[in-house]
Amino acid sequence: MTSVGGVGGDVPATPPGRSAPRDSLFRRVGDALRANEEKGWRWSARVAVILPLVALVFAITVLALKAWPAIRVNGWYFLYGKNWTYGDSYGATVYTHGVAHASGAQFGAWPIIAGTLQSSFIAIVVAVPLSIGAAFALTERMPGWISRPLGYAIEILAGIPSVVIGLWGLLTFGPWLAKNIYPIVASIASGLPNVEPFSYFRQPVGSGEGLLTAGLVLGMMIIPIITSTTRELFVQVPTLPKEGGEALGMTHWEVANRITLPWVRSGIIGGTVLGLGRALGETIAVVLVGGASLRLAPNIYQPFGTIAATILTQLDGAQADGTGFAVATLAELALVLAVISVVVNLAARAIISRTSRSGGPVGSGA
Amino acid sequence: MTTNTSLAGGATTRRRRISSGGFRVFTYASLVLIIAPAVWILLGVLFRALGHWRWDVLWTPLTAAGGGLRDQILGTLLLMAGVLILAGTVGVLAGIHLSEMAKIKKNGKESGGVLRTASDILSGFPSIVLGYVGYAALVLYFHWGFSYLAAVIILSVMVVPYIAKTTENSLRQVPTGYREGAEALGMSMGYSLRKVVLKTALPGIVTGLLLALAIAGGETAPLIYTANFANKIPHSVTHASFPYLTYVVFSFYDSSQVSYHYLAYDAALILVVMVLLLLVASRILVSLTQRHAEGSRTRARTPRAPKPPMPAEEEPPTLLDLPSRA
Repeated sequence: MTSVGGVGGDVPATPPGRSAPRDSLFRRVGDALRANEEKGWRWSARVAVILPLVALVFAITVLALKAWPAIRVNGWYFLYGKNWTYGDSYGATVYTHGVAHASGAQFGAWPIIAGTLQSSFIAIVVAVPLSIGAAFALTERMPGWISRPLGYAIEILAGIPSVVIGLWGLLTFGPWLAKNIYPIVASIASGLPNVEPFSYFRQPVGSGEGLLTAGLVLGMMIIPIITSTTRELFVQVPTLPKEGGEALGMTHWEVANRITLPWVRSGIIGGTVLGLGRALGETIAVVLVGGASLRLAPNIYQPFGTIAATILTQLDGAQADGTGFAVATLAELALVLAVISVVVNLAARAIISRTSRSGGPVGSGA
Repeated sequence: MTTNTSLAGGATTRRRRISSGGFRVFTYASLVLIIAPAVWILLGVLFRALGHWRWDVLWTPLTAAGGGLRDQILGTLLLMAGVLILAGTVGVLAGIHLSEMAKIKKNGKESGGVLRTASDILSGFPSIVLGYVGYAALVLYFHWGFSYLAAVIILSVMVVPYIAKTTENSLRQVPTGYREGAEALGMSMGYSLRKVVLKTALPGIVTGLLLALAIAGGETAPLIYTANFANKIPHSVTHASFPYLTYVVFSFYDSSQVSYHYLAYDAALILVVMVLLLLVASRILVSLTQRHAEGSRTRARTPRAPKPPMPAEEEPPTLLDLPSRA
């Protein structure tokens, strides 16, 4: 830096090697800072970039330590058991494997694990076709001056706080569905044979607070993610194969189905898995809309619970347990959710990085 | 070909025409089905709040009888400010490292792969899990109690990966020529980073920061676990529950007091307005400074084989860079 001044000939350059004799303290500190600027940038950036890794390791360690007693006592029952009771908190404390817990406490998380999977499944089933359709409409059918504001609208949907979406789902959307849509679905279902998937849709439709409403709301929340991923992928598909298809007399549907979609298929799967990760971890909207139950929903309209929602709703109940065992069980829930989300994220990452490297199936050279 | 088809039978042609028309209808219908709920939510929030809106909600404190949301609004802003300072510093520095300092290794891979993966996993981490960690570690183990500090730290952990990613993306859009020019003039790496590279990438970085604030401000679940809730802003950053807006929406709507229902609707409206302002500000910033991105799309520096893991945003950051926001 000091050498820059010397280039301009008559610019009074600081003599190299020493600073002017009567420099103030500030000046000297400033010079020292400037001399070490690069080192400063490098070190602070190095520290900052490691922090996410530290936070991740810290989070998983804390969860594992906290959950360890619960893992030992609950055993496999945690994953398949259906009964969730805190036991008798006023009764005698019981010790299993040296871990104190209330007598009669039993923690089977299967209903909420299943609820998590069910609601995310509904969300994906709703969101993926709509997102792909909308991405097609935005990229292939509209001029920029229409599609850009519509894209902003989708971004706004992504930006609305989930608690606001949840409140809307609870007070407006759910009741509306229960009044206008669910009875129709239920009456169609009652005409179908009374076996597993169909019988799940039969009456009673309830108040609109339950599994299907939560699935739909989750779907709305992940639509922006999948739409924007898909949209970007569609933009990257080269025009030439599409024009070639049109020239051969293909219809729009055939071009979409045989050229565009195969080109970006695994990218769409990656985006979907990202959305799935989001749906699995969503808490507040599910608490509001899903009814916060600890049992399996008897039909698709009834209250249910997810892992994330249960961690939130059961905190007060768990704190009432003087042995601390219930809080440890919540940590086990959090650990299960963390593991699921890590697996899902790594899968999405693997799928996306694989697609971004290789070319498309048709005419990759275009 | 066309004649051939029509000779082969009208059925095929009709089927093709129907499938094509059906597809067209489907694409428009799905667009409508996506936009309509967004509009419905915004209008719903607006009308629920406007029916009984009083401006003094903004500057009167919350009382047992109702009152306003002064401390809750301020609390949310203070949380955002804390996140801006903490997560902003860490995230921007991490982004600088990933874009400017990660080296290309011999096998063509980039150093920092593990760090990038960790950052990605963290960005997809359910916020409630982070909230629980904050509760177990900061609130209980460190004995901070429910507090502002715990909340800011957990929110920062949530948004740091997002800020790092948007910073990295905007730095990569700075043309290589700028860096080479700075080097040719004899600038040190630190000086050119500060005066040339960061200056050029600033709009993108600031946009990412604004959007990160929108994410943090709309968060509820981890705050319940770390900040709890209070009626008034406390005088201490630890050992005192902290007020914020999202909790009002979450828990006041079914209170036994009708005046509290109104506060929940008001809080929802204020939150939505805050988020919209941040989104609009980020858009304006992008459009004001778009000229930097023009014609400078050539990727900085040496070949960069592995693409960023998430779908790479070529251009300005959007809210959709980060999937986790629960």
